[in-house]
Amino acid sequence: MIFDVAVLGGGPAGMAAATEAARGGARVVLLEESPAPGGQVYRAPPAGFKMKPDPDRQEGDALRAALAASGADIRTGCRVWGLGGGPLVPEGQPDAPFSLSALSSDGAPFTVQARALILCCGTHERIIPFPGWTLPGVIGLAAATILLKAQGILPGQRVVVAGAGPLLYAVAAKLLAGGGSVAAVIDAATSGEWLRALPALSARPDLLAQGAVWRARLLAARVPVLAGAQVTAAEGDKVLSHVRVGERVFQADALCIGHGLVPATEASRTYRARHAHRPEDGGWVPVLDTAQRTSVPFLYAAGDGAGVRGAAAAPAAGRFAAHTALHDLGFSLEHASKEDAALERARRTGAAMARMMALRPAMVAAIPAETIICRCEGVTRSEIEKAAAAGANTINQLKHFTRCGMGPCQGRMCGEAAGALLAAARGVGVAELGFATGRIPLRPVPMASILGDFDYADIPVPAPAPI
Amino acid sequence: MSTRFDAAVIGAGVMGCATALFLARGGMRVALLDRGEICREASGVNAGTLTMQMTRAALIPYALRAHDMWMNMPAWCAGGDVLATACPGLSVAFTDAEAAMLEERARIRREAGAPIELIDGRTAQAIEPGLADGVKLAGHCPIDGFASAYLTGRAFRAALQEAGVTLMEATQVRGIDGGFVLDTSAGAVAAQRIVLAGGVWLQDMAAWLGVTLPIKVLINQLVVTERMPPVMRTVLGVASGLLSLKQYANGTVLIGGGWQGIGDRARGGVAVRSANFLGNVRLAAHTVPALRQARVVRSWLGLEAETADALPAIGPLPGIDDAWIIGSVHSGYTSGPYMGRILAQAILGEAPELPLFPIDRLLHQRSNSA
Repeated sequence: MIFDVAVLGGGPAGMAAATEAARGGARVVLLEESPAPGGQVYRAPPAGFKMKPDPDRQEGDALRAALAASGADIRTGCRVWGLGGGPLVPEGQPDAPFSLSALSSDGAPFTVQARALILCCGTHERIIPFPGWTLPGVIGLAAATILLKAQGILPGQRVVVAGAGPLLYAVAAKLLAGGGSVAAVIDAATSGEWLRALPALSARPDLLAQGAVWRARLLAARVPVLAGAQVTAAEGDKVLSHVRVGERVFQADALCIGHGLVPATEASRTYRARHAHRPEDGGWVPVLDTAQRTSVPFLYAAGDGAGVRGAAAAPAAGRFAAHTALHDLGFSLEHASKEDAALERARRTGAAMARMMALRPAMVAAIPAETIICRCEGVTRSEIEKAAAAGANTINQLKHFTRCGMGPCQGRMCGEAAGALLAAARGVGVAELGFATGRIPLRPVPMASILGDFDYADIPVPAPAPI
Repeated sequence: MSTRFDAAVIGAGVMGCATALFLARGGMRVALLDRGEICREASGVNAGTLTMQMTRAALIPYALRAHDMWMNMPAWCAGGDVLATACPGLSVAFTDAEAAMLEERARIRREAGAPIELIDGRTAQAIEPGLADGVKLAGHCPIDGFASAYLTGRAFRAALQEAGVTLMEATQVRGIDGGFVLDTSAGAVAAQRIVLAGGVWLQDMAAWLGVTLPIKVLINQLVVTERMPPVMRTVLGVASGLLSLKQYANGTVLIGGGWQGIGDRARGGVAVRSANFLGNVRLAAHTVPALRQARVVRSWLGLEAETADALPAIGPLPGIDDAWIIGSVHSGYTSGPYMGRILAQAILGEAPELPLFPIDRLLHQRSNSA
C-alpha cells in the first residue's frame, strides 16, 4: 500500500504533522528512531520507567496522546537508512512515490511508500572542537539532556556545563535537581548578549520565568557562572579529570558541552532539494516557500530541521506542513491552518535562542592547530588548512583531500567546524563551500540486517561488459 | 586575453590531468580547465581498482604500463600519491557457467599480456583466506592492486603547478570558436590546440566542434563499509566482472563492480538504485562472508563514458587541425595516466609508445547507419 503522507521524525513537529494529516483523512505513517515519539525536548521515558512529571513531559504527553488517537500508523524504534523515489528517478520518468527503507526495532527490514513526505528530522549538536574534546567524560549538552530526561542519569558526579544557549542552564539545573554537583557553568554568551535577547524572550514569560528559576538554583548552589567564557582544554589521564577555562581549572569527571544545534538535512540533501546557508537558522537548511514546501514537489520540512526555532514553535510548523501536503495531494480541507499570536511569540523566542546558538567564528578561530576536528578520521585543524592551501576549495573537495567527514558520522560532528575553518582559510563565506552530497545510508546500517536470506543464483547479476 | 596557450585541455580528470602534465613537461604552455574541481567526477569517485581482470583485452598492454605508473606515481608526479597498493587479484567462479566464462576470458586476457593463471578454490583460499567456500575456479593475477581514487586531484595538483600548467577550476567552457578561442565563465581563453577530456560530457564537447560522437553514460554505484578488522588482502572480483572488492589500509572495504544507479549527463549521479545496492552487497557478502559483520556507511555514484564499441576515443578529431580527444576508456582509471602520456606524445609530434584509438571508426559507423 502507498500512504498519502509519510512523516520522518517523531519530535514535536513530526507528531503534530502526522496528527494533522491523519485527522484530515490521509493515510499517514510516522517513522521515529526512538522507542517512543517525543523528540529531544519532549522525550518520553522508557516503557515502565517512572519519572517525576515536568512541563516538557506534559506538553509531550499531550502531543503523543493526540498522535495516538489520530489513526496514523506509528512506527517507533525504527532506523530509516534508505531513501528513494520522489525526484530520484531515471531521466525522463515522472516522479515516483517516496520510498523509505528502514529497520524495525527488532532489526527486520521494511519499506514504506508515500505520495508526500514531511521531513521533521530535528537537529544534531554542534561542538566546536577544543583540546581534549574527544576524552571520555566529555559529552554533548544534548546528550546530557537525553541521559537526564529519559532516565534521570547523571553524566558525572562533578560536572562542568559549557557552551551556548538555553540548554546550558536547563542541563545545569537538572544536574542539581538530580543530586549532582555542578563545578561551573561556562557560557559563551556575554551578559550583554542575554540582555539583547530579552525583548524576544519576554514574548514568552513562561520561559523567562523558567530561566530565572534555573539561574536562582545555580546561585543558591553557589555554582560559578562564567559569562563570555569558553573551555580552553579538557584534560586528564585517559579520562577527564579537569577542565581548563583560561587560567581557571575546575576538577570534574564530566564536561557537558554544546555550541548550538544544526538542522539535520541528510534527507533533504539526498532528495536534492535546494538548500541555503543561514547561520541564524543553524547552518544549511532546505529552502522553503511560505507553506513549508521544499523545492522538491511533495517534499516538505518542518521543525528545527528546517531552521532552529525550538520545540514550542515546532508543532505549528508541522501542522502547517501537513495542511499544505494535504492541499497539494488534493484533499478538501475544511479548516485553514491558523497562525495564532502565541505561535508567533514562540518563533520569536526560538529565533533569539537560535541566534545565541549560532556558530561563533571567534571560537573556531581559537582552535589550536593540532586539535582534532574530524574525530572519525583524526583530521586536525592544521591538516584542513594545509588542504586549503593545497587547493581544496569546497567541502566535498576537502573530504577528498583529507578524509574529513568520510567516517561513520559523515560530517555530522565535524562539518560545521570544518566548514568554518576552510572558509576562513580561503577568505570566503561558508555558503561558497557548498555542502556534502547527500547519499544513503542516512545512518550506518549493518550488512547482516539488510542482506536477508538469498540464494547465489537469485542475485540478479547484470550482463558482463564485453571482453 | 593576454595569453595564448599552446594547448587548452578541457576536463581535469585523470586523463586531462595526465595529458596536461606531459604536454607541459614537453615544453608547452598549457591551460587545464574544468567546470568543477580537479578529479571530482569519475576520476575521484571510482573504485580505484588497478586490475587486469576487469580490463578489456585490447587495453591490457596499456593497463599494465599504467599499473606501473600508479605504483610509482610519486616518482613522475612530483611526489603526488594516491596510496596505490600492489596485491594479487582474484576473479572467482561459483558456478559452472561462470567457470566457463572465466576460462575463456582469462585465456583472452593472457594472450593480451596479463599473467593470469587458473587455480582451484582451495588454492584461491590460500591466497585469499577471506574468500568463501564453493569457488569452482579462480583467475589469479599477481599484477593487481588498488588506489584511493579520492586522492587523485590532490596528487596531480602540485605536479601540474610545478610543471607550469595553468589550472582553471570552476571554469565552465560554453563553446569553442575556430582558432581556438574558448568561451568560458571566466572569459575568453585562446589556445593553439585543444584537447577534449570531458568524460561522459565528451559528446557535448564534440558537438561544440560540429562532431557527432555518441557517448553512452554508465552510472556506477559504490558502497563503502566502516573500518573493520582485516577480512581480505586481495582485489576480488567475480567472473562476470560485476564485483570489485578490496580492503584499504584504514580498514574500510569498498564494494563496487559496475552495478547501475540512477543518473544522467545533465543531473550527474542522482541516486542509488536500491535493488542494485542489495544485489551488489549480497554478491560481496557471498564472496567474503566476513562482510556480514560490516556496517555500510556510505554509497555514491560515478559516471563512466562508453563509446559504441566500448573501446577508447583517443586521438585527433577528424577534419579539425590541432583538436584532440581523450576518454571513454573502459576501466579508465586503471589505464588513465598512461593514456594521457601517449596522447601527449602524439600531440608533441612524437610517435606514441603504443597506438592511439582514433575516433574515425565511431564517426564512420554512424554515417553508415544514417
